[in-house]
Amino acid sequence: MRNWLAAPLLWLMAFSAGAESERSIWNMPVGVTEISREVYGLHMLIFWAVVIIGVLVFAAFFYSIWAHRRSRNPKPATFHESTTVEIVWTIIPFIILIGMAIPATGTLIKIEDTSDAEMSIKVTGYQWMWGYEYVGEDVSFISRLDRQSDLARQVGSGIDPSTVDNYLLEVDNRLIVPVDTKIRFLLTANDVIHSWWVPDLGMKRDAIPGFINEMWAKIDEPGIYRGQCAELCGRDHGFMPVVVEALPKDEYESWLAEQKGDDGSQSAEAEGQQTASADDAGTVSDAGDAGDAEAATEDEPAEEMELSALMETGEKVYRGQCVACHQASGEGMPPAFPSLHGSAVVTGDSAEQISQILNGKNAMPPFAHLSDKEIAAVITYTRNSWDNDSGVVQPADVAAQRQ
Amino acid sequence: MAEAHAHDHAHDDHHHGPVKLSDGFGKWVMRWVSTTNHKDLGTLYLVFAFSMLFVGGLMSLVIRAELFSPGLQFVDPEFFNQMTTMHALVMIFGGVMPAFTGLANWMVPLQIGCSDLALPRVNNWGFWILPFAFGLLLSTLFMGGGAPASGWTMYPPLVLQTGEAFPFLIFAIHLMGISSITGAINVVVTILNMRAPGMTLLKMPLFVWTWLITAYLLIAVMPVLAGAVTMLLTDRYFGTSFFSAAGGGDPVMFQHIFWFFGHPEVYILILPAFGIVSTIIPAFARKPLFGYASMVYATASIAFLSFIVWAHHMFTVGMPLAGELFFMFSTMLIAVPTGVKVFNWIATMWRGSMTFETPMLFALGFVFLFTIGGFSGLMLAIAPADFQYHDTYFVVAHFHYVLVPGAVFAILGAIYYWIPKWTGRMYNEKLGQFHFWWSAIWINVLFFPQHFLGLAGMPRRIPDYAVQFADFNVISSIGAFAFFIGQFVFIYNMMRCMSGRGEPAPARAWEGAHGLEWTVPSPAPYHTFEEPPVVDDKEVPAHG
Repeated sequence: MRNWLAAPLLWLMAFSAGAESERSIWNMPVGVTEISREVYGLHMLIFWAVVIIGVLVFAAFFYSIWAHRRSRNPKPATFHESTTVEIVWTIIPFIILIGMAIPATGTLIKIEDTSDAEMSIKVTGYQWMWGYEYVGEDVSFISRLDRQSDLARQVGSGIDPSTVDNYLLEVDNRLIVPVDTKIRFLLTANDVIHSWWVPDLGMKRDAIPGFINEMWAKIDEPGIYRGQCAELCGRDHGFMPVVVEALPKDEYESWLAEQKGDDGSQSAEAEGQQTASADDAGTVSDAGDAGDAEAATEDEPAEEMELSALMETGEKVYRGQCVACHQASGEGMPPAFPSLHGSAVVTGDSAEQISQILNGKNAMPPFAHLSDKEIAAVITYTRNSWDNDSGVVQPADVAAQRQ
Repeated sequence: MAEAHAHDHAHDDHHHGPVKLSDGFGKWVMRWVSTTNHKDLGTLYLVFAFSMLFVGGLMSLVIRAELFSPGLQFVDPEFFNQMTTMHALVMIFGGVMPAFTGLANWMVPLQIGCSDLALPRVNNWGFWILPFAFGLLLSTLFMGGGAPASGWTMYPPLVLQTGEAFPFLIFAIHLMGISSITGAINVVVTILNMRAPGMTLLKMPLFVWTWLITAYLLIAVMPVLAGAVTMLLTDRYFGTSFFSAAGGGDPVMFQHIFWFFGHPEVYILILPAFGIVSTIIPAFARKPLFGYASMVYATASIAFLSFIVWAHHMFTVGMPLAGELFFMFSTMLIAVPTGVKVFNWIATMWRGSMTFETPMLFALGFVFLFTIGGFSGLMLAIAPADFQYHDTYFVVAHFHYVLVPGAVFAILGAIYYWIPKWTGRMYNEKLGQFHFWWSAIWINVLFFPQHFLGLAGMPRRIPDYAVQFADFNVISSIGAFAFFIGQFVFIYNMMRCMSGRGEPAPARAWEGAHGLEWTVPSPAPYHTFEEPPVVDDKEVPAHG
């Protein structure tokens, strides 16, 4: 049993040295902010403190098991009390704790000091994506799981996750930030509680609907830093990554200017930009491929599709994207998530349903990231399932409305 | 002597002993339904608890099967969330808590020398609520929208998205709460009023002490949980907005209320385990417990601290700095009394004359592995570091270390320790030892790698993960399946005793064991201590 302590220790000693260059698979990242380094330092300090205490305590424990077993020590001692000893082992841990509390308090005070921020970014959690708004810059966009991961993560997708670059840790639109800038993040949520976490920034903080939380980061090195939602937020909690890309200040400024230059179609522009910046940062091809694949599917829809083909694709999309709220039965969970059986939107004019999927409505987020074919298919599916019978929508209809 | 008592009272008692299966199936069933005997109810609680541990274990296997490799292989993410939620609720409220209540039912009267619990009918009611509570809860798996999937913590607004299962969840929790409160009141009333003459408070066995304190915790916090879930109910159905910002409420208030219940709750799950370990180690070290009085004070201190540390479960919600500092310091303080306990156990072993029968192995396994869980707990107390650890697998590893090789090992140790008294038969020692080593190895294979996963950045409660987490998840899943399979050895071993096979056990089944329970024959007669026993200093030494 002693090995259980020794083995992980050896691993940590051997590999924590290399943790900075590559993300460690067994220890906390050192990260790229002053705070993350302090937090890492605290983590290692407490870790070594408990290791030393553990070695001492378990040494006594195992020595006793060995030395005070009956075959070696047939006659037990009878002592059973010592006030002195009790006082000693109450006071010593207390002193050790004070030794831990002092540095922890210092770091905590720094973490909570969000004053003098040079810029603010509002982060909004949605089921299941992140919205980013550059406060005062009139730039905002939605960031969600990239299409490659999204396809691979469906039940029985047949796609091996290891073939997807940064599986579940890549998004369509990265949060672009400048280095060497104190950035204040204002966190909130639209529906349920989420938690915005990037390990390399050394922090996570909950995004709570109706409230605004603060945290800050000042990133030292340009790079791509990946994290995930950390608070259970429903079905696709595991599928809303956070990807922060830190650029040198001048590159960030030109990126921001480009965003502002074209305020009409922010989202599409950001997507193109993200592909480019992915290339810059050296992660290359994959994001680009995803973009190509999507472009390809969006070129096709000119052709009419059969009802059966639409229904087949539509069911897949429905199972992947819609069931969490509207349920497999289509009955939803009223009043939060309306039933689709005979719903006015689903049985009415298809243009309204297309618009709702592209733009979202109330609690329902936009699904514009799906291809025209997928949107047409899932609409057709809802319009021809259960007792609904309200016609077919073709990819061209969606394309026409998408603009 | 006890035999003689049974006879003396036979003519004015309405039964001569428990109805047996051979008396007719219907009668036998009704005996268990209508029983007010603390031993019967203890058995029922334990059988129920192990059924629930089995059900909850199956749920954890669904989780570990899905997490065996990246990608979604078996279940929909929504069902995965249902499994994590139900696993926790079933294990906590259906497994560990009833198991401890079962042990209290059996052992508290035997250890303090009284004939039964003070409120036997309430005792019956308290137990029989449970099957209905868990019937309701488990039935939600088959409802529209599925079982609750918001985690056992039931944070709003997410929990308000639960489908038809929602009111069933709330009512099931109310029932579990009523059951726990009745059990707790019964324990308090019994211990304070029905101790044999001469059994002063500071002569009580540690298991009785820890249960007394646990019972007060239960009475204090179960109503808080009931209040919290009732507020959820009215938010959902009656238009209140306790937890909705849109109506002037605050979702974080739920978390404060929940964890005001939740932190004492985790000590409810561990204090009786402390009592068990404090009973087993002296018996097999053949040496009195070191620092009895300090053990009692440490238990009481832990119980007190449990009320002022709750917000360390929610460091990331954005509290004011002063709040974070307060909860960090108060949480770190818990290490002091907990450390005292561990030191006292080792001092009890020190220069003893130890043998390592199965109960002792589980008790020592508890001390070692619970301490590891305590260490990770201390790390989690450091608020700045917790901003990284929070809601990752590091937390999952931490609380499973204190709950499985902690609470569950203690329960297993207690059953091995007292089963000779309950059934009059010794379990098979070889199988018991095998069960311990098998469990101790695989539980570490199961949970140790989760520390690394959490530190490297894997959040909890996700059905699928990035590929760099694959290796440790495979190891963890293998550990889970192996651990689960090994438990059937235990079930077989206990069934063997219960069906009357195995060596007959003497009244004092363990030569080093002390306490009134070992003065009655094995198996313990249906009625014991109808005349209060003489409490002598040899059996029940005075302390403090």
